[in-house]
Amino acid sequence: MTTEPMGRAPAAFHRRRHLKGAAFAVFALLATLVGVVALGILLVDVTMDGLSAVDWDFITAFASRLPERAGIKAALAGSIWILGLTALVAFPLSVAAAIYLEEYAPKNWFTRLIQLNIANLAGVPSIVYGILGLTVFVRAMGLERSIISGALTLSILILPVIVMAAQEAIRAVPNSIREAAYGLGATRWQVVRHQVLPMAMPGILTGTILALSRAVGETAPLIMVGAVGFIAFTPSGLGDRFTVLPLQIYDWISRPQDEFHALAAAGIIVLLALLLTMNAAAIILRNRYQKRL
Amino acid sequence: MAQADPSLSQSRAGNTTTAGSASIAGPAALASRRNRDFKERLIGAVLFVCAAVSTLVTVGIVGVLLGESLLFFREVSVVDFLTDTRWTPLFQDPHFGILPLASGSFLVAAGAALIAIPVGLLTAIFLSEYAGPRLRGALKPLLEILAGIPTVVYGYFALTFITPILRYFVPSTDVFNAAAGAIVVGIMIIPTVASLSEDALRAVPEALRQGAYGLGATKMEVATRVVVPGALSGIVASFILGISRAIGETMAVTIASGNMANLTLNPLESIQTMTSYIVQVSKGDTPHGTIEYQTLFAVGLTLFVITLLMNVLSQWVLARFREEYE
Repeated sequence: MTTEPMGRAPAAFHRRRHLKGAAFAVFALLATLVGVVALGILLVDVTMDGLSAVDWDFITAFASRLPERAGIKAALAGSIWILGLTALVAFPLSVAAAIYLEEYAPKNWFTRLIQLNIANLAGVPSIVYGILGLTVFVRAMGLERSIISGALTLSILILPVIVMAAQEAIRAVPNSIREAAYGLGATRWQVVRHQVLPMAMPGILTGTILALSRAVGETAPLIMVGAVGFIAFTPSGLGDRFTVLPLQIYDWISRPQDEFHALAAAGIIVLLALLLTMNAAAIILRNRYQKRL
Repeated sequence: MAQADPSLSQSRAGNTTTAGSASIAGPAALASRRNRDFKERLIGAVLFVCAAVSTLVTVGIVGVLLGESLLFFREVSVVDFLTDTRWTPLFQDPHFGILPLASGSFLVAAGAALIAIPVGLLTAIFLSEYAGPRLRGALKPLLEILAGIPTVVYGYFALTFITPILRYFVPSTDVFNAAAGAIVVGIMIIPTVASLSEDALRAVPEALRQGAYGLGATKMEVATRVVVPGALSGIVASFILGISRAIGETMAVTIASGNMANLTLNPLESIQTMTSYIVQVSKGDTPHGTIEYQTLFAVGLTLFVITLLMNVLSQWVLARFREEYE
């Protein structure tokens, strides 16, 4: 800026610089709107294609070869089963791992290895977890193509996500709280159980719900462990075969007829509504806990 | 706490007063203390086991992929796998060249990067340098929603919205084509690039910006010549992570880009990525122990190695080229 070109009118030079700056600001704003506009088009497109097919019959009917009779009963039930089971397995395991890493772990190579490993697991494509689930749960452990195989596969898929969110929440608890509790003679577990966890819980729960909504939207790993698009019963136990909403949607998309594409769009509306409810729950939960603290 | 504290004070009292009371209170207090220590150690051990599960997962992934891949590479040489230009495992005359699948994945990833890198970086610059707190507070949740939309939905969008537009402009476009997949995968990874880059931009200290303003720089000059170079390691890491995600993306490309292993650079043709091949094989009932079943693991291993290398590379860039600010 100090090396202003000699012999050129300084006023014109500065005007050009500022014009360029203004153009850049507009350009950056437009780029930011690309994502927002894409989201808007996507939502409008899906709503226009599918809204007319969403009614009570659609939610309470099983899959059918006849598009006018087909519904998502089995898929919705399967998704809720998967959601519950995955939460039951992944939540305690991940929170325990996070507590260990933040509150217990010595600073040595093994702790660093676990930490590095969790960061890398978060970047492994979900389909690779599907291969693991197929080999370990479906075949080696003999769990077959069951709902528990699917839930276990998704549990290890979201494990690193919850661990990292929980670690962040635990790290945000001020050290003075821990030191005060230790000063009163509390043991390490008492500090964790009565001081750290209650304070970190809103962050942990928010991270968990967001990770679970990712699990609810997953398709590929469940195809690997043998969930299929056409199931005409709701699961009644851990060993039952199952389908989930994203898979039912995929099944309908893969058919060439337009009627099935409309059903797919209707399924997407229900799936997005479910995910939106979960995200809203995460936000409400976080706000309520924050007030209490 | 309520149980432990009285026993502690009791044992201390027992030691300092008469020997008689110590012999009564002492052992009991010691026992409860030992009990507590045992409980503490047990909890610590359980927590450790839970943390160690994550390493078991990695060992499991590597073990499973390597185990079956070794069987595969007994039938097919590694050289053929890496250099043969045909992938026809189901034909009478089977060929097992990964190149068509790998090129499919890279074609989609390159197209996605072409969209997500400029858009994501500009979004990050706008959010970090231009947007006020209220505008930023409105835009960020929208990007988070974009990131949370299931991939199968993006697949539907590509097939029923993007592809018809492409076919309107270029009628020879295949119904299933790489471009539609690349476009939605690009949209999908905009939030990844934008949010990681924004974190890096915001970590650049305000003093550097003020210094540049003091020298008479315009806002754009501050953003592009001071802040972006200062955050370069984080920005490059976000690009690499975004591309790695694009390579691992499965459902959108399976739905939109087809299932035809095709060594091509034409984005308007039908292709098959590594991920959609895995889906295609596992949808059919492939008998365990056949070479077809083993291809699943060989392709999975290739995919795993590529994405792992990219993730490690992004961490390395982040650590190696980080500008340290106090």
